[in-house]
Amino acid sequence: MTAPLFKVSDLKKSYGAIRAVGGVSFEVMPGEIFGVIGPNGSGKTTLFNSVLGQIRPDAGTIELNGHDITGLSPLQLNRRGVGRTFQTLQVFAKMSVRDNLLVAAQEHRGTMIGRMLAPGDSGLGSKADALIAQFRIGHVAHKKAGELSYGQQKLVDIAMAFMSDPSLVLLDEPCAGVNPSLVGGISDLLKQLNRAGDAERKRSSFIVIEHNMDFVMDLCHRILVMVEGMVMAIGTPSEIRANKQVLDAYLGN
Amino acid sequence: MFTKRGLVIGVVCLAALLAVPPFLKNYGVYLFTYWAIFVIANMGLNLTVGYAGQKSLGHAAFFGLGAYSVAILMKAGFSFWLGLPVAAVGCFVIGLAVGFPALRVQTIYLAFATLGFNTLVWLVMRNEQWLTGGTFGINGIGRPALFGVSFDGNLAYYYFVLAFALVLCFLLWRLLASPWGKAFTALRDNPIRAESLGVNVQAYTLLSFAIGAAYAGIAGALLASLVQFVEPVPFTVGASIMMYLMVVLGGPGYFLGPLLGSAVGVLLPEWLRFAQGWYLFVFGIAVILLMLWLPDGLLSLPERIRARRMARSEAAARAVAAQAGG
Repeated sequence: MTAPLFKVSDLKKSYGAIRAVGGVSFEVMPGEIFGVIGPNGSGKTTLFNSVLGQIRPDAGTIELNGHDITGLSPLQLNRRGVGRTFQTLQVFAKMSVRDNLLVAAQEHRGTMIGRMLAPGDSGLGSKADALIAQFRIGHVAHKKAGELSYGQQKLVDIAMAFMSDPSLVLLDEPCAGVNPSLVGGISDLLKQLNRAGDAERKRSSFIVIEHNMDFVMDLCHRILVMVEGMVMAIGTPSEIRANKQVLDAYLGN
Repeated sequence: MFTKRGLVIGVVCLAALLAVPPFLKNYGVYLFTYWAIFVIANMGLNLTVGYAGQKSLGHAAFFGLGAYSVAILMKAGFSFWLGLPVAAVGCFVIGLAVGFPALRVQTIYLAFATLGFNTLVWLVMRNEQWLTGGTFGINGIGRPALFGVSFDGNLAYYYFVLAFALVLCFLLWRLLASPWGKAFTALRDNPIRAESLGVNVQAYTLLSFAIGAAYAGIAGALLASLVQFVEPVPFTVGASIMMYLMVVLGGPGYFLGPLLGSAVGVLLPEWLRFAQGWYLFVFGIAVILLMLWLPDGLLSLPERIRARRMARSEAAARAVAAQAGG
């Protein structure tokens, strides 16, 4: 059996007397797309924020490739190959789409002084162009990101997370607020990115928080259901669909 | 980065800067020199405020530190060529230190922290008479020479300052065209996202202050030799606010914004001399109107016109399409 890429053990976080996450454990295998679902207030975002260094968990450990990464800052996590998108749009509004992609990976190249003397695209131009083509945003590549439609910005946002060849990407509601016709497109792109594992690009694993059940069931290999800060179930989409407890608590009939 | 039209405008402006001053009287040459010095200082502030988004209201303190460095060292018998690097490096280091509050507080709170720093520096200039001459200042500051060429004359000194402005302009342009430029802008637009993409937000914040401060230090050094006299008055908090205003008027985050902003800040008061006592009133009204009309500064005007033209042509295209469809 292969070793897990990512491992969370008994993670806990409380806000005063309110327990947001109460002992969550799970593993993500290399190349896996792992979904996290649950009703509002079930602790998904707290779990994400603890994993991503935005907040410090009270207890528990987080490991990436067998190394303890608990409590590292977002910057340190990114340098170790953890990418992310945010629930709300987070593009650099006044920079062009292409520059948004370039800045998303340039800090992984060379030293600070080296970057001062480097060409503007840090040698990442062709890579940015390839992602722009893959995401079909070529026609707006030189527009300011803030001038694009919401859906287009969402695509830029996701593309940015993949510029630095992360081994793990955490996607916080990639479909929130997106036109239903684009949801399928995002799903296809994520599947492509997950499959692409050639010599140049390592295969990425994803953790996805999402409320759109069709999207999650179609995309994810395994799904974790969180309810009131605890793990209710972990399993394949068909197992989750068949789980009586989950149906009662969350999915409904 | 530059369009053909931009290049033509740049060449014409440069030619004017080179060719016009010899035909001016001493006061005109002085104003051109004064403007070029403010361009240097405000290019630095534009990096801190316009590109990196750090609201600093302490820029005049660095301007003053640069001026006093040269004044004190030259009075002590040292060369301008020692004073200048001391001003630049000294301000860079102090700028790094002043950047630290920016790692904790932002926006108006950062503005107040930097304003406090400015007040502190100003008090030292005014009260430490043994070093700074207090309110009487330091006079009789000389002008530099290089390889036997003296820049004593007003016109010669103007070209000397202009050369500095051009070199510093080029260096900043190179810096902003490098990956650093994108990192600064990312820091301004969205620091949380920037950090999640591996941008060392703290390092870039401190550097934006330090480099901006170094530019102000060099400008201050050049000012001391221009006026040949330093006193605390030009380096008050009010002066910092004026510099901030110049950057905002020109267009923060526009590379050439400081050229225009400094022209407005330096020349408009001169043109408004006819208004005498009303000068500040007229200037204030002009600034308010400009900010209402062009909140992103004068250099946002071409972009606005382009956006409006594009919206119009898109609307026309839609109308045609609608007609064809109907």
